[in-house]
Amino acid sequence: MTHSSNTSHISHASGEFAPGASEWPNGLSRREFLRLSGATLALAGLGACTKQPIEKIVPYVKETPEIVPGKPLHFATATTFNGYAQGIIVKSREGRPIKIEGNPDHPMSLGATTIWAQADLLDLYDPDRAKAVMHGENISTWNDFLRDVDLALQAQQATGGAGIRILAEPFTSPTLTRQLQALLQKFPHAKLHMWNPIAPNESLVAYDFSKAKVVVAFDSDFLFIHPAALRHARDFAAARRVAENIGISRLYVAEPTPTVTGSNADHRIAVAARDIRAIAEQIARGTGIQPAEHAGESPAQAASWIQAATEDLLANRGASIVIAGEAHPPEVHDLVAKINDQLGNTESTITKRPTRLTIQPESLGQLVAEMKSGVVELLVILGGNPVYDAPADFEFASGLAKVKLTVHHALHANETSRRCHWIIPAAHFLESWSDAVAFDGSISIVQPLIQPLYANISVHEILGALIERPVRSAYEIVRETWQARNPTPQFDDDWRSALSAGVFNDGGSTPPGSSPVIPESFTTQSFGSTAENLEVLFRPDSSILDGRYANNGWLQELPRPFTRLTWDNAALVSPQLAAREKIDNGEVIEVEFRGRKVKAPIWIQPGQAENSITLHLGCGRTEGGRVGKGAGFNAYMLRTSDALWFGNGLTIRKTGEKHSFATTQQHQQMEGRDFLRSGTLAEFLSNPKRIAHSEEQPAHEETLYDPDEYKNRGYAWGMVIDLSTCIGCNACAIACQAENNIPVVGKDQVARGREMHWIRVDTYSSGKNENPRFEHQPVPCMHCEHAPCELVCPVGATVHDNEGLNLQVYNRCIGTRYCSNNCPYKVRRFNFLELNNNLSPAEKLVKNPEVTVRCRGVMEKCTYCIQRINAARANAELEDRQIRDGEIVPACAQVCPTETIVFGNIHDPRSRVSKLKRSTLNYRMLAELNTRPRTTYLAKLRNPNPALPKI
Amino acid sequence: MKEEQIQKTSASSASSAVKENISPLGYPTNLFTGQPSFQRVNETIGSVVLRDRQPRPWWIGFIIAFTLLMILFLAISWLLIRGVGVWGINIPVAWGYAIVNFVWWIGIAHAGTFISAILLLMFQHWRTAINRFSEAMTLFAIACAGMFPLLHLGRPWVFYWLFPYPDTMKMWPQFRSPLVWDVFAVGTYFTVSLLFWYLGLVPDLATVRDRARKKWQKIFYGVLALGWRNSAAHWQRHQIAYLLLAALATPLVLSVHSVVSLDFSVAQLPGWHSTIFPPYFVAGAIYSGFAMVITIVIPVRKIYRLESLITLRHFNNMANVMLVTGLIVAYGYFIEAFMSWYSGDIFEQYMMTNRAFGPYGWIFWLLMLVNVLIPQALWSARVRRNLIALFLVALSINLGMWLERFVIVITSLHRDFVPSSWGMFFPTIWDWATLFGSVGLFLTLLFLFIRFLPMIAISETRELVAEPEKAMTL
Repeated sequence: MTHSSNTSHISHASGEFAPGASEWPNGLSRREFLRLSGATLALAGLGACTKQPIEKIVPYVKETPEIVPGKPLHFATATTFNGYAQGIIVKSREGRPIKIEGNPDHPMSLGATTIWAQADLLDLYDPDRAKAVMHGENISTWNDFLRDVDLALQAQQATGGAGIRILAEPFTSPTLTRQLQALLQKFPHAKLHMWNPIAPNESLVAYDFSKAKVVVAFDSDFLFIHPAALRHARDFAAARRVAENIGISRLYVAEPTPTVTGSNADHRIAVAARDIRAIAEQIARGTGIQPAEHAGESPAQAASWIQAATEDLLANRGASIVIAGEAHPPEVHDLVAKINDQLGNTESTITKRPTRLTIQPESLGQLVAEMKSGVVELLVILGGNPVYDAPADFEFASGLAKVKLTVHHALHANETSRRCHWIIPAAHFLESWSDAVAFDGSISIVQPLIQPLYANISVHEILGALIERPVRSAYEIVRETWQARNPTPQFDDDWRSALSAGVFNDGGSTPPGSSPVIPESFTTQSFGSTAENLEVLFRPDSSILDGRYANNGWLQELPRPFTRLTWDNAALVSPQLAAREKIDNGEVIEVEFRGRKVKAPIWIQPGQAENSITLHLGCGRTEGGRVGKGAGFNAYMLRTSDALWFGNGLTIRKTGEKHSFATTQQHQQMEGRDFLRSGTLAEFLSNPKRIAHSEEQPAHEETLYDPDEYKNRGYAWGMVIDLSTCIGCNACAIACQAENNIPVVGKDQVARGREMHWIRVDTYSSGKNENPRFEHQPVPCMHCEHAPCELVCPVGATVHDNEGLNLQVYNRCIGTRYCSNNCPYKVRRFNFLELNNNLSPAEKLVKNPEVTVRCRGVMEKCTYCIQRINAARANAELEDRQIRDGEIVPACAQVCPTETIVFGNIHDPRSRVSKLKRSTLNYRMLAELNTRPRTTYLAKLRNPNPALPKI
Repeated sequence: MKEEQIQKTSASSASSAVKENISPLGYPTNLFTGQPSFQRVNETIGSVVLRDRQPRPWWIGFIIAFTLLMILFLAISWLLIRGVGVWGINIPVAWGYAIVNFVWWIGIAHAGTFISAILLLMFQHWRTAINRFSEAMTLFAIACAGMFPLLHLGRPWVFYWLFPYPDTMKMWPQFRSPLVWDVFAVGTYFTVSLLFWYLGLVPDLATVRDRARKKWQKIFYGVLALGWRNSAAHWQRHQIAYLLLAALATPLVLSVHSVVSLDFSVAQLPGWHSTIFPPYFVAGAIYSGFAMVITIVIPVRKIYRLESLITLRHFNNMANVMLVTGLIVAYGYFIEAFMSWYSGDIFEQYMMTNRAFGPYGWIFWLLMLVNVLIPQALWSARVRRNLIALFLVALSINLGMWLERFVIVITSLHRDFVPSSWGMFFPTIWDWATLFGSVGLFLTLLFLFIRFLPMIAISETRELVAEPEKAMTL
């Protein structure tokens, strides 16, 4: 230590060890050597005595006295969507989280999760995560960072922090709010800015779709991309289930590009986003409101739709909902609020949410202006990726270059990190303590399941670095927030129960939390149709959102709804526009908007508004990991602050280049086949059996084999999928992937037709190409009683068990693939190549130890989550009882926000699945082949308005 | 009925041969006029294997074949390293070129046994000149064919699970699966064909042994000749065994391809699930087999100047067989199309529409051209006796029969019941490398056979020389 002479932080940053520690000093005497080694020993001994902080996390529901190897533990915690909490329960095996499920007690989850919550698990184990504190290109340490920050903060003391800026993503964490308040107290002139490219304006109201008989949605994807989407989907499904209340709700949607919500509409019109306001105004007038301004004429093709919707709304006063999407400006939202007031929906289907603004953040635009003027000296970016996703006209990167010291706290070293002086690797939410508030105000403490895999730092710790020394751990900081609010002796007990339950509400008092307001979201928007003028739409990608999940293989490979594209985005154009411009699928066009250009391949999307072109955000990443790099094109390059969501004046030019897409469903027509049966409510009420042809049975029950093979052997597993409530969100596919160790194969393999999903959500469109009807059908293995796959396997690798499961014996499979050829449902998946050999140690951790990792050359398919069946069986046998109905929930059924998939014992006449199978809507897919599938469907019911012409 | 027809055509051409006043066998006069002797037969055939230098065309052909064989080895190595994913197969088209090639080669393998066994049992002595050759072709074609089902396994290293062997887990093959029947059918066919071929070879090997001058030749042919001494006792047993094997091989001609066709008809896939497959496959097999014999024999005959042994009458007869089996195959196509319409089943109807007008429609129409239309030229006796024309027609049939299997395997699979899982199959370079590589294997074996073994049955030809009246029984 005597040799340390250079104290400049630059050289600190260059080596992990203190100067002199790693080199042998000249002229070291025997005496000095002994002195040093003695000191080393003594210090090492002292270091070992350091008391480790006790941070108790509490298991949910099942408390095991000690961890039993092989027995999973479940912990409640929360993930966030646009800052809002969604309660989850994480399954942990031997100390590593292996599966995320929804928290049934959390009002914004109700036991379901979004596709993103499922994929969060893979992000945790992503080998491309930021792993070390980086100073420029060099690996550095947290202490060196603190030293550097201290220097910067000292310089700011004099001005009261006038040069300090924090750029955060929308958050609701009370602890983070408290820390920011502390920071602003310490540095009164520091400023907080907020930016998220896709976060909606904070909705001031909450909706109850279970009570709504009529819903009119203006370009709102409330069932899918919304902080309360899970709750909405559950409520919406409840109103669409015919068995529960005769008469189901009716959904009207006007939107420019197909969305999950739009595909569930009974009446959907495809109109440009710029026409939405005029349509809303006309409906407002229909309900007796005189809007202040006149935004223009609504398009002619919407006239009958507007009239029908208006009449239906008027007929269902107090039992309807009008909702507008985040892409639309405050004027539209105000109008919608007025319509709801006028109809008496407020306080009935719509309730006010408490707003809780305690810190008003400023906009990104202001930040960029200040950065460019050189005012900003210390910029701390908490998450996000503004270099990539800020509006193109801001030129965020050039502003960033003018800041003296920039710090990026990020999960992945992304485009922004590369331009910052310091990269602080963020702890994943499964690795760190925090807290978050849900859309309805319920609070969750985020508790970690695992120690940070790398040198990860929590967001609370990095804010701590700005306000306190020594920096305490996130656990202490979060605990302090709540102890301050509940300084009673019961705090420890309350804390314990809050952690265990995963959700609590502190008795109506609004918890402190920042509101995700994005000041830029709406500046000037262009309205009014100029018929031939093309409109651009910027939309979050339905898998990777704004790009934050770009390095997540599960999400990249999850087929986007409607296009069924993987690993790509495309410029969605309407069939009419494609015909007019003579462009074809896969052709690359150059899209020009406000003087900026980007090359994008074309995808012709039925149901797209004629003159609107949708560009999905989040693709075309250049940094941030090996998975997402180079997938798709970057639509942010065209997105400007005056047209964040849509804008007029797009021009396109052919380039003559071709692009090859990887889609999992090349054919979306049903070709007159009736395996997806649907009908209207009126048809159902007049003849309940008509829609499903449920009386239709195969003519021959003959079989060469024992016809009683599957009768009366205790359990008989079966599944029912209710097509009326399936919204097509794909959550089942990704949950299955997480549960069953399904590998990601990559774009090239998907293009060859080798995706591995065990359950797929087929989408079919019917009717006119301009505005077709979309229908979704999840297809897992049917577990046929007369399974065609079993007969043809030469080695008996696929067989039946006595409970009716069609099993695949991986060890026995030699890979003839005959079973797949003979499977009429094509649900079998084959390991054409070795997909699991080159996994990094981190990637191996994500594998579920209860499910075999399959090697090259074997067939695989849905097992009805046999590992869960066996776990339930083991419990039941220990307790000497039958397995209860509902005790076994396959991953697809558990994740489903609408409870569309029901699994159980069909020998038990009282089980839910048996009751559903007795429904007149129940039918077997391809029953005429006499395969006797155990998975059956309930035909889809629609509720069209008889006043409108049939689609 | 088929055989009757062949007999008739053979008989008629025999009578015309008599009328033309050439040798009753139809052989041209240079062998049998003058001094037809055993010596001459031995010379002509035996010298090919004993001569030191091979003609230049042999070398050219061998080098090309060997290069292709090396490509095959490369393709197989890559396949074993990476897995079957190096091919273009996918879900739904889980069977691709490997199965197409398998069925194609198995079909080609049918001519040998048909020519040897069935024509032997029917005393069609014109077979003598081509039977050895076609038997060898059969063996090599089975070798090519047999390779594919093993390579196409996801885990080829456990191929032996397909056999019923006593293992400690008491696991047996699943006997309801046609793939297991395949193993037995192909295995039996290969074994019987090998024995039949070798048994026929033994006296000839002895002839070559006796004429050999070099030491290695003496040892090589000596060992292979199994101590044949040409004694009457040997001949008596040989003839009995030969006839018995012929009788055993005959039903195999019908059974092997019937079983292979069951690989498809047992499945319920539209385009596969069809009762007409067994007879239609057998006819197709003989069709392609004869086409391949003609394709190979025409150049070989030219290079080795075997015009005296393999005459135009042989080609005429083989062309007749092709014409008949080709018509059966065409009838099969027609019935398939008719039944798919007549069934009233939308899946079957769509299958047929898609076959003709779907994305692979052009292959279907090409198939109709090369496998149905062009072979109709064989109605003309001029074409049947014009070797260039015949060669082209045979090539066309070879291609056609490969396309037929492509249509059956791939076009049926790529669009089945549920449109969401419809897909396309695009072959990769490794698909092509394996296909052409297997041709390389076939030709390499054939060139080695020509080089080292008598390609025309010496003893049987001698028989004809000794008893020319045998031919008169035709």
